[in-house]
Amino acid sequence: MIRETVLEVSDLKTHFFTKAGVAKAVDGVSFSLGRGEVLGLVGESGSGKTVTGFSLMGLVDPPGRIVSGSIRLGGEELVGRPEEAWRTLRGRRIAMIFQDPMMTLNPVLRIDTQMIEAIRAHEDISREAARERAREALARVGIPSPDERLAAYPHQFSGGMRQRVAIAIALLNEPEVIVADEPTTALDVTIQAQILYEVQKLCADTGLAMIWITHDLAVVGGLADRVAVMYAGRIVEQGPVDAVLDAPFHPYTHGLIGSVPSHNRRGHRLTQIPGMAPSLLHLPPGCSFAARCPRADAACNEMPALTELSPGRGARCHHPHLAETATGGAA
Amino acid sequence: MSVFILRRLLQSALVMVAMAVLVFFGVHLVGDPVYMFITPDMDQADIENVTRALGLDRPIWEQFWIFMTNAVRGNLGQSFIFGEPALGLILQRMPATLELAFAALLMAVVIGIPLGLYAGLYPDGIPAKTIMAGSILGFSLPTFWVGIMMIMIFAVILGWLPSTGRGDTVEVFGLHLSFLTLDGLRHLALPALNLALLKISLVIRLTRAGTREAMFQDYIKFARAKGLSRPRIVGVHLLKNILIPVVTVLGLEFGSLIAFSVVTETIFAWPGMGKLLIEAIQQLDRPIIVAYLVMIVFLFVVINLVVDILYSILDPRVRLGDRGQ
Repeated sequence: MIRETVLEVSDLKTHFFTKAGVAKAVDGVSFSLGRGEVLGLVGESGSGKTVTGFSLMGLVDPPGRIVSGSIRLGGEELVGRPEEAWRTLRGRRIAMIFQDPMMTLNPVLRIDTQMIEAIRAHEDISREAARERAREALARVGIPSPDERLAAYPHQFSGGMRQRVAIAIALLNEPEVIVADEPTTALDVTIQAQILYEVQKLCADTGLAMIWITHDLAVVGGLADRVAVMYAGRIVEQGPVDAVLDAPFHPYTHGLIGSVPSHNRRGHRLTQIPGMAPSLLHLPPGCSFAARCPRADAACNEMPALTELSPGRGARCHHPHLAETATGGAA
Repeated sequence: MSVFILRRLLQSALVMVAMAVLVFFGVHLVGDPVYMFITPDMDQADIENVTRALGLDRPIWEQFWIFMTNAVRGNLGQSFIFGEPALGLILQRMPATLELAFAALLMAVVIGIPLGLYAGLYPDGIPAKTIMAGSILGFSLPTFWVGIMMIMIFAVILGWLPSTGRGDTVEVFGLHLSFLTLDGLRHLALPALNLALLKISLVIRLTRAGTREAMFQDYIKFARAKGLSRPRIVGVHLLKNILIPVVTVLGLEFGSLIAFSVVTETIFAWPGMGKLLIEAIQQLDRPIIVAYLVMIVFLFVVINLVVDILYSILDPRVRLGDRGQ
């Protein structure tokens, strides 16, 4: 399916300049996002997926900053814009949902205050009109009796309801892109399923594009159209979600999928990836996964490029798993 | 809510009785007030007359019993020195002290919160570090010394502000108030600042700590992600959250403002309750001392109650008595 591109990220680098050295949290990330598309951004903690999300929002705080690269939203370059230009963009054309719904809403402000201000920050409309739109947004994400709920405080909502409110806030100004940073991780499974279902419907109905940051492969499998796997600040593999999850090219993706319990038979040991993720302060010059990779050899001392191995699919590896039967790899 | 208030008042009544016992017998141990009235030309009969007139000839427990039975009826005794009801004397001086304390509280808020906010938002700059160093001074310099230095600089050397008294007052509902006249304000400035110094430092540190903590909270990041302007984020989202601890602490500290005003009032000759107390202690004027302390305990109780109620207004998660939903 050919989609109109909404967001185009190329060679994005976000580094943190700490006293201990430069942490390359995001180091050359490229991807694009089409209208109505859901991109799953997968990786373990510290792989740079959240920083990627914050970079897209222009919310990287010192000592971090976007060092180079480009973020194009609807063809407009965002990197290098002054703060005020970022501000007018945030929440209007690109919005964000956070991980912990217990923490994202301000505990001392009523829901209507927090919704109305989000509209009036970008549009010169009356309080009443903004309130009406807030009411509609709450109804759209499945919150019962939105009129009463508007006057409530966050602590009067359950976790799932709060996340719905956060999603409603993100939707208020009909953004083109929503960055969702593990929004269902803190919720229980049934609530998670409801929210995933509704998000999927929203994207299909409105053409909203979404970047879904998570470490949960099951969620990605059910929700995303495409998936990008991050490791140590780089995308190591990306492609259509079914293809990647069924037959991953990169040994890291392979290891990740192998360590999910549902993919293993009962009674068998889970495969695990040996070693641990490298420190972002001291990345090896070559492939950053080489130290943990069963396929690594001398060639891996050189950084592999993200190469297209089949149409629409790429991996950053010298020895990808090209077919289930292949034992070696293209060097 | 009403049960809550009732229980509070009952607790405070107990505290007042315990305090009255302590002070009553304590002052009795310190010395005999009769000697304050003795002049060299008095003979033994005169001294006994004075003692009897003051009721000091009776045993101490009997004196205490008389005091308590009168106190229940609202009579806290007559001042030995002035021969007037002690409570009346204190109430007469109270507006001056309260005015001073409120002025100091206002200064603590108006000066402390913006400085603390600034130091919290830009913690690495020179101004922030200067503010924090200043707050350490405010904490550690003794009030009386700062007061004397202020008199020296602003009253003696520069001659900008008067150093003693209340200046012109205006009578409002029977209360004499200084802050409504320019002269009164000029008289109020130095003592209020002196009294406020410690509280300003406290508010600066509280506000700064709250700001530093809140700025990393998700709700601030979410507010930024909504595209809100910085003034809105700082002025509403941040400030409303950090006001909770500031109001709590300031409320509790208001009592100590009144207590500390004893020192400030003495230095600046401010005619308030504190000055009255110091004089009463020097003259062993027991009714005044006891009445003053009963008053203070009562004030503390009321203040704590007001703070609890304020707190529940600021923080929607706290609703006294009702359990929310």
